[in-house]
Amino acid sequence: MEPWLSERFGNPSGPHGAARAARQAIDEAREVVADLLGVGPGGVVFTSGGTEADNLAVLGRARACPRPLVVSALEHHAVLRAAEVAAEVLGVEVRTVRAGRDGVVDLESLEAALGDDVGLVSVQLVNNEVGTVQPLEAVARLVRRHAPRAVLHTDAVQAAPWFDLAEAARVADLVTVSAHKFGGPQGTGALALRSPVELAPLVVGGPQERELRAGTHNVAGIVGMAAAFQAAAAERPVAGPRVSALRDRLVSGLLSRLSGARETAPGAQKAPGHCHLVLDDVESEALLVLLDRLGVAASAGSACASGAIEPSHVLLAMGFSPKEALGALRLTLGHTSSPADVDLALEAVPQAVSQLGGGPAGAPRPAGAGLAAAHAQAAPGGP
Amino acid sequence: MRVLVAMSGGVDSSVAALLLVEEGHEVVGATMKLWGGPAGSGCCSVADVDDARRVAQQLGIPHHVFNFTAEFEQSVVGPYADAHARGLTPNPCIACNAHLKFDRFLVRARQLGFDAIATGHHARVGWSNAARCLRRGRDVAKDQSYVLYMLGQDELSALLLPVGELTKAEVRALASRAGLRTARKPDSQDVCFIPTDGGRERFLGERIALRPGRLVTTEGQEVGEVGALELVTVGQRRGLGLAAPRARPERRYVVGVDLAKGTATVGRLEDLLVSRVVLQDVRWASGPPGPGAAVEAQTSAHGRPVPAHWDGEAVCLGQPVRKVAPGQAVVLYQPDGLLGDAVLGGGAAAG
Repeated sequence: MEPWLSERFGNPSGPHGAARAARQAIDEAREVVADLLGVGPGGVVFTSGGTEADNLAVLGRARACPRPLVVSALEHHAVLRAAEVAAEVLGVEVRTVRAGRDGVVDLESLEAALGDDVGLVSVQLVNNEVGTVQPLEAVARLVRRHAPRAVLHTDAVQAAPWFDLAEAARVADLVTVSAHKFGGPQGTGALALRSPVELAPLVVGGPQERELRAGTHNVAGIVGMAAAFQAAAAERPVAGPRVSALRDRLVSGLLSRLSGARETAPGAQKAPGHCHLVLDDVESEALLVLLDRLGVAASAGSACASGAIEPSHVLLAMGFSPKEALGALRLTLGHTSSPADVDLALEAVPQAVSQLGGGPAGAPRPAGAGLAAAHAQAAPGGP
Repeated sequence: MRVLVAMSGGVDSSVAALLLVEEGHEVVGATMKLWGGPAGSGCCSVADVDDARRVAQQLGIPHHVFNFTAEFEQSVVGPYADAHARGLTPNPCIACNAHLKFDRFLVRARQLGFDAIATGHHARVGWSNAARCLRRGRDVAKDQSYVLYMLGQDELSALLLPVGELTKAEVRALASRAGLRTARKPDSQDVCFIPTDGGRERFLGERIALRPGRLVTTEGQEVGEVGALELVTVGQRRGLGLAAPRARPERRYVVGVDLAKGTATVGRLEDLLVSRVVLQDVRWASGPPGPGAAVEAQTSAHGRPVPAHWDGEAVCLGQPVRKVAPGQAVVLYQPDGLLGDAVLGGGAAAG
């Protein structure tokens, strides 16, 4: 990436030599990305990331074709919020498809939402929180039969490091990817169009990306994305099974060391890197602080604008209560993860849980207990 | 010591964190996310969290955000609306201190292994008769001990108040010298969860029934109407729709509100004055003052203290004060001109 930020810096939209060099770098990157997604080079639109690509798919489609949108309840906020905005601003109807307790979209609920009138269906390939793999082929069959005029979009952001998208997402008309999930730089992504789809651009005012996404290209980002995507694809046959094995050891190790822990979606097919648990009587907010101190980066729900954790809409859609959802623990492994990382987590997580008094003794005090309770009993917790 | 600083995004808590870092403590900052709804004024809005986080970055300390919105709704906002519906005058900042800052936040700090919490309150923790006590801040005009009257030995033993010895001007100067972005940020004045657009009336109107009432004199003569009795406060003079005479003895004040009867009684200043206030939910830092012991009572956040004594269930005032609205806090102090008046405790005026 570096040369494109320094000595080879140039605006690829310009007419001169430096511009042409930058242009070529992008064109080469485009071919690499298109190839890995199984589309022609004309089918790749570079964006500022997965969120923008999801917005272009959902809101861009709704603007071009204001017909009902069908989205799964498991989708990333980028899809859900874009659909909400389409409803608010364009008056488009949004139908949300239920998910099961297993973290997989409910096909019956999907079928019920489909119809001749539907303009777009959006179902992700892999859920980013729980890691569950969605039955995209079955979804596509239902869409073709019951909503033949609909375009099928799949958010493949979480799937990209682990699946050959040219194969796994070939049934989708629109595919979203984001570079930072496969070792590329943040702030770069793409929307792939498998066949011509009517989309109205969200960012206008320039000829770039065939007028589907105006603006001077993030040359270094795009070059970085292509390189990372290529490297991830090359490593995948080995990295996938290796990381799966590490993840399985992590999950079974944690379940055996923690009495109040359950795997969130046991038995469902999951992407290799996801370990997701629900812990009884432990507040993930406090747990994450302790884990961070012990050198383990974990996450729980989604962060809101202030950075505070909210209960995950994915867990709520799966039927967990808000309290259960606030006890979620998500640990993801990637191609750089090692057995030592798993060993550290197997030490750190039980230690942190026990410091919080995981179990009835350490349960957060009922709200409203007030200072009267504090006067009456010894302060809980503490190392 | 390992200290968790409650950082609201204001200059006082910013400097509290700064001073603790300079003293060599292991400091971590945390901001409570308390309110998810729209709010116009400061204190814990998203912009305030950004300010707190930025100051933490400048100080080189970690910063976390704690989502306590459920507890805040349950312990502060809900009771605030309920109190109004029952004709009481709640102080939500006091409820927030009691239930959030010195309960939920303190519990969380202990769970995470901290030795103490710190806030930017203008007050001081000290000792009196072998027990811990809270004393007024050195800058008496900015003193916030009144809203902290409920703290007991357990809380006081785990609380640091770094800016209590400083004047507000000194606090701002320190922040400025350290280049903190909050150095000139204005203090938040209003109730943090009430949007400036529409204010209290609109906020409460969406949660409780606001019923009109009649204004009657102490002799029972009807002199007017109000649109919402639940918004009327004892001691109120303005906003009653009465012609406003300039001379003080003729001015009329609300001296009582009776929701059941649908009336607010207005009278003259002398009708408003009381010498004895019965208290409920009384808290003492280390026990009540002895019978007849000469103390001082403060009946509002910035009111002047008056001589008083505690008779076991009520505060007896040496000079009459304007009637304290039911629900309003009365705080008793042990005067101390040298170290700062010590908070003995207090409670809420009975209805």
